[in-house]
Amino acid sequence: MPLKVRTSRNLRASCSRVPLLGWLCGALIAVTLERFAGTPIALALGLPKIPALFGLDIMLKKPILVPNAILYVFFVYGLPMGATTLPGISLTNRLAGRLFRFPIAITVAVHLALLYTTLHLWAGISDYRALVLKLTLIAVMLTLSLNVINGYMGEFSCSHPGFMALGAYCASVFTVGLFVDDQLFGAVFLPPVLGPILFPVALILGGFLASFGALFVAIPSFRTRGDYLAIISLAFLFIVKSLIENLEFVRGPRGLSGQPDWADLPTVFLWTVLCVWSINNFVRSTIGKALNAVRDNEMAASAMTVDTRRTKIVAFLFAAFWAGVAGGLFAHVLRYVNPSTFGIQNLAEVLAMVYFGGLNSVYGSIVGAVSISLLGEALRPLEIFKWIIIPLLLILVMIFRPTGLVAFKDLDVTSLLRPKQNQGGKV
Amino acid sequence: MPILRVHNMSHDFGGLRAVKDYDLEIEMGQIRGLIGPNGAGKTTIFNLLTGIYTPTEGEIWLDGRRINGLPAHRIASMGISRTFQNLLLWRHMTVLEHVKLAHYSKIRYGLFGAFFGTPGRNREEAEIEEKAVLLLDRMGIRHLAEQVVLNLPYGAQRRVEMARALATEPKILLLDEPTAGMNPEELEQIMEIIRRVHGELGLAILLIEHRLKVVMELCERIQTLNFGAVIAEGTPEEIQNDPEVIDAYLGRESVI
Repeated sequence: MPLKVRTSRNLRASCSRVPLLGWLCGALIAVTLERFAGTPIALALGLPKIPALFGLDIMLKKPILVPNAILYVFFVYGLPMGATTLPGISLTNRLAGRLFRFPIAITVAVHLALLYTTLHLWAGISDYRALVLKLTLIAVMLTLSLNVINGYMGEFSCSHPGFMALGAYCASVFTVGLFVDDQLFGAVFLPPVLGPILFPVALILGGFLASFGALFVAIPSFRTRGDYLAIISLAFLFIVKSLIENLEFVRGPRGLSGQPDWADLPTVFLWTVLCVWSINNFVRSTIGKALNAVRDNEMAASAMTVDTRRTKIVAFLFAAFWAGVAGGLFAHVLRYVNPSTFGIQNLAEVLAMVYFGGLNSVYGSIVGAVSISLLGEALRPLEIFKWIIIPLLLILVMIFRPTGLVAFKDLDVTSLLRPKQNQGGKV
Repeated sequence: MPILRVHNMSHDFGGLRAVKDYDLEIEMGQIRGLIGPNGAGKTTIFNLLTGIYTPTEGEIWLDGRRINGLPAHRIASMGISRTFQNLLLWRHMTVLEHVKLAHYSKIRYGLFGAFFGTPGRNREEAEIEEKAVLLLDRMGIRHLAEQVVLNLPYGAQRRVEMARALATEPKILLLDEPTAGMNPEELEQIMEIIRRVHGELGLAILLIEHRLKVVMELCERIQTLNFGAVIAEGTPEEIQNDPEVIDAYLGRESVI
């Protein structure tokens, strides 16, 4: 065997033995390094400042700096991560093994805390990073919830931006109306101390309003199968959009602004985790598997005691709920919403994330949302031409992997957190 | 009292009367056969009994309750289960998931449990899984539990469908051509399974079959269907020698 092949295979084999804990520790070390030594390294490499998104954002603005950015990524992320994860395999495996013996909730909490710390340090470098990270997390929620309908259930829904708009406006009206001195809604109604406590209530209300709206799509379109849902949901999207445009009560097309600044990184992170967790729970349960059965063969599903109509409606409302929550967060991250945000372009973006990442897949949704979000930021200088490149990429994915990059993969928490190597050293 | 009683059931597709005045009474533990040429209306009768179609006329009683007009999933959870002629499996699901899903109507944990993974849900899922594995063991396909059905050989797919049908814990099992497309060896195996399932669970079974060998060996009584109407009913011997049945299958001898 040639040496090159063997080393790459060895490298891959040792990578597969790194437990998730190891990767997280490595990433944490890398971002800590960036925090303290990022600017000098960037300056030494001839970059004006720390590249915000792994150099993706300067790719088109200053192509000449691309090699420098790649070097930066290698020195700041690649090298420290490689240097700490690979030699530390036995240590992190031992730690992971010890942690694994605790109740699963504690193990999960430790991993999440590590992940959050990493993200927090990473996003702390610049406001731009923090914003992109929050929007990416929201995109994960949207993609995953749409995947429940378009992937797991195999229908084609187009109303996600509509649900998002309902959630965004409901949550905004709640918070602006109660906590902000605003011309439209009058003076402050509740003391600001209550704000962060009632913010979840606002989001959940938004979610419920979106679910309620979804009911109007679900009841007529789930009597039958086929293209009806696509058409009705598209109509719903336009109805919601023009409804909001014509509601003077929320300032119509001028948009609603002045949302309080409560959607900070921990809040968005927490809601995203909650969303991923509950959707993953749902699709892995037997009740959720009924969705796959309905998709693959509805007649067989009903012959096997599955109430197909109820299954479809429940899943649809559930997905709409999370889209509504994501909308509420979105409004509070940007602190401004207007109805034109929730149009066809937004729909195309979410659909691209779902189909790019992979149908019927929790991993796929995360991969799709993160990669399309980052790509969108990287291609931002191209403005409208970005919408030529992303669809082209999508077409390529559809040709070579028709179900998306990581299709049919749910999150199995125990096997994800398990140490990847036994104490004796055997794999 | 018969477990399933069908009285004067008829069904029209537009202007075509696909099933005419069909009557049936099955006792618990009986195996009945339904034979007839292609297009005679056998599968339509199955679809009527399981609620996929609603009969135009007539009544269906299951265990003393009238079930015509109920949705298919209700009828299934009340105790009529079936297999399909052309194997309607869920192509992306594993064998184990097929059998687990057939417990759908008995799940008690509800949506809250599904969303939040409560301990009750985990316990119940484990129970269902245990039952499903036992059933797979009984059908001889336990080793395939984690396989996606699409990758399985045809005979194994038939068994998965049968296991799935049994997992709903039916009182009466409708088998739509369980041996279609099987080689003689697989045929023997599936007959053995039908006999064993019948013996162990004491189910009533209604069987559509083209191979006379299977019906003759398994069934106590056989109905022959032609153009939607029963033309003969009786024990296998009676049916075999019935001139009407021979006509329906082979055509009338032309007299010159």
